[in-house]
Amino acid sequence: MIAPPKPDLITVNVDGREIAVPKGTNVIEAARLVGVDVPHYCYHPKLSVSGNCRMCLIEIGMPAVDPVSRTPFPVAASGMPRINWMPRPQIGCATNVAPGMHIRTNSPLIKDCREGVMEFLLINHPLDCPICDQAGECKLQEQSTGYGRGYSRFIEQKNVKPKRTPLGPRVTLDDERCILCSRCIRFCKEIVKDDVLGFTDRGSYSTLSCFPGRALANNYSLNTVDICPVGALTSTDFRFKMRVWFLKQTNSIDAESSVGANTVVWSREGVIYRITPRRNDEVNDTWLPDSARELYKAIHASDRLVAVKVNGTDSALEFAVGAATGLFRSSAGAIAVVGSGRSSVEEQFLTRKLADALEAPTHLVSRVGQGDEILISADRNPNVRGALVVGLIQALPKTRVAGDATPSSRLTNGDVGVAAPVRTGGLTELAAQIDAGRIKAVVSLGEDLAAAGLTATQLAKISIVYLGTHANATSAVAKVAVPTLTVFEKSGTFVNQQFRLQKFSRAVPGPVGATDDLVVLAKLVAAATGTKIADEIGPLWSVLATEVPALRTVTVANLPATGLLLDGTPWAVLPFAEGATLHYKPAAEPAAAGALKS
Amino acid sequence: MKLKPETLRRIDEVIPHYPVKRSAVLPVLHLVQEDAGCISPEATEWVAQKLDLQPINVYEIVTFYPMFRQQPIGRRHVKVCRTLSCALMGGYKACEAFEQEFNTHRGATSLDGEVTIEFVECLASCGTAPVVMIDDELHERVDAAKAKALSDQIKQEAAQRR
Repeated sequence: MIAPPKPDLITVNVDGREIAVPKGTNVIEAARLVGVDVPHYCYHPKLSVSGNCRMCLIEIGMPAVDPVSRTPFPVAASGMPRINWMPRPQIGCATNVAPGMHIRTNSPLIKDCREGVMEFLLINHPLDCPICDQAGECKLQEQSTGYGRGYSRFIEQKNVKPKRTPLGPRVTLDDERCILCSRCIRFCKEIVKDDVLGFTDRGSYSTLSCFPGRALANNYSLNTVDICPVGALTSTDFRFKMRVWFLKQTNSIDAESSVGANTVVWSREGVIYRITPRRNDEVNDTWLPDSARELYKAIHASDRLVAVKVNGTDSALEFAVGAATGLFRSSAGAIAVVGSGRSSVEEQFLTRKLADALEAPTHLVSRVGQGDEILISADRNPNVRGALVVGLIQALPKTRVAGDATPSSRLTNGDVGVAAPVRTGGLTELAAQIDAGRIKAVVSLGEDLAAAGLTATQLAKISIVYLGTHANATSAVAKVAVPTLTVFEKSGTFVNQQFRLQKFSRAVPGPVGATDDLVVLAKLVAAATGTKIADEIGPLWSVLATEVPALRTVTVANLPATGLLLDGTPWAVLPFAEGATLHYKPAAEPAAAGALKS
Repeated sequence: MKLKPETLRRIDEVIPHYPVKRSAVLPVLHLVQEDAGCISPEATEWVAQKLDLQPINVYEIVTFYPMFRQQPIGRRHVKVCRTLSCALMGGYKACEAFEQEFNTHRGATSLDGEVTIEFVECLASCGTAPVVMIDDELHERVDAAKAKALSDQIKQEAAQRR
């Protein structure tokens, strides 16, 4: 079937090239579609248009029409319509395309305009690029190279303004560098709905500031640093730490909630320096919570596990696997597996394999907090949907009631993040079985059973095999504890709240002593079943494709950078914890409830 | 922040003159300043709340317009015009005369807190330059002698008040 032509497409001409674009597109976006760069500072595709930097000036013209018959005038020689060019340039960001519009972005007039605008923008801009954090990713730097005059006529004194004003706990302002584009102000107002920033003392000494006594302290404040086209807003954490061109970029996923915001991890020689958002218009647009940018600090936490322990003494992985196998034999039929919503899809699949081989019931720890309706959802496990997809669990873990809240866990607490405590739970059934003496051994995939609701007496009754990254009450009493890797040190996939399969890649190597979760799990599965199973992402995915119906057509190789939407209808009736976030609307409550009853 | 009941009444009266509340921000700020003498941070927050705005939105306006002040000034406000016509006709001399009389300088308040002298932009009376505005009263063709006379009058009024 031939797709019907889209009615809302209109044809425009950019620098002599015709292109059909949706109605309502502005000139910058239309030009981007034909590969023409219209330089701009204040315009941002996800914010309102303010049109104050004047950098995106372009010439526009419309085909001349006969005033009486309203038909176009053809030009005799070529047969093309004559274009009436507007005598003055227009700003591209605030000009929406019209049918037949002609746009010139490379005429001598536009070149003059850009040089003029650049000259004005640079009047009070300090020449401290060599010490500026933005150098290398600075729009002003790029465009003064690309569109500037190349020499300075300026002989006057530059304005002197404050160089290091803390705007909030995580953002420092260098006022001299600010070009007053107002992106940060619009971001706070429109996206976070926390209107704290504004220009005071407008004039030669315009200053970006907060109202006295207020601060830019919301959990999205560092996005203002990302969208700042110059080095005015800087991250207090990253400031003066590293030149950006030395850093390696690795695509990753924000693991703090089921939103699965796309990220880039910037590292050098095995050390992570910062995490920034990666644009995904279906998930996080171009934003990322501040709390997600601090997660990497857990890598070097003092309580990181780096030694394999058997019965509390240092050991090696082979002995640990042997000890676990012995435990599996001695308590056969009385083993439970506690999977994790923080494990990757691949790890959850191997966890299921292990549970199948041991004929053990599976549990998942729930982790429910308060969603912020932007990019942190109520479900703080990044991959509960993955556990459903690979069949590790059939139903959602039961959430504990608000009364017995435990302190929030590592990945969600800290200085930033949402203040409301995260409730971990979902193990009431397991607790009852332990009390009844039916469960003697538990395999925990990085989950702290004590935090999830098991008492010390219950923990004392069972033998624990613990695979995890950080020390906690469970790793302390585990018979076998194997250190594994954090999300930054391994590759894998998560399924977010939209049932979008997204991959993350290894940015830095893990610490000495820690082993990839997949390797440990594969060894345990092999010990339990007697047959070897793949322990790397590539080979494992061919197994996944054959054994998991929802993943039949998927391979990691063909997984797009922005993720792949899986069919979530088999699980649509489950009562997921999430409320609405940026690009997610939960299924209507009554429909889900009705479906459950019928 | 305490405003007179009369000011509160006038503020409530002025807000519905505009299609949206926020448009009333300038008249409301003027009323507050008239009553309290200056616009303190608390007043800014109060106005913001009154007009469903964030404090920073009002603060931007207060810091932009020179006629809004954030610090209290002296009892009498002497504004000497500095714009072209007055400058040509001796506005600077008039300003210096006032500065000497009250032993202070432009932009500052005399030590007894009585007079604040400001060197301001056009007072819109170029034909009778140089002009001076004392509180709400315009004085035209202010030469050195007239500046002395005006200063004496202010001092006399201050003495009477004591």
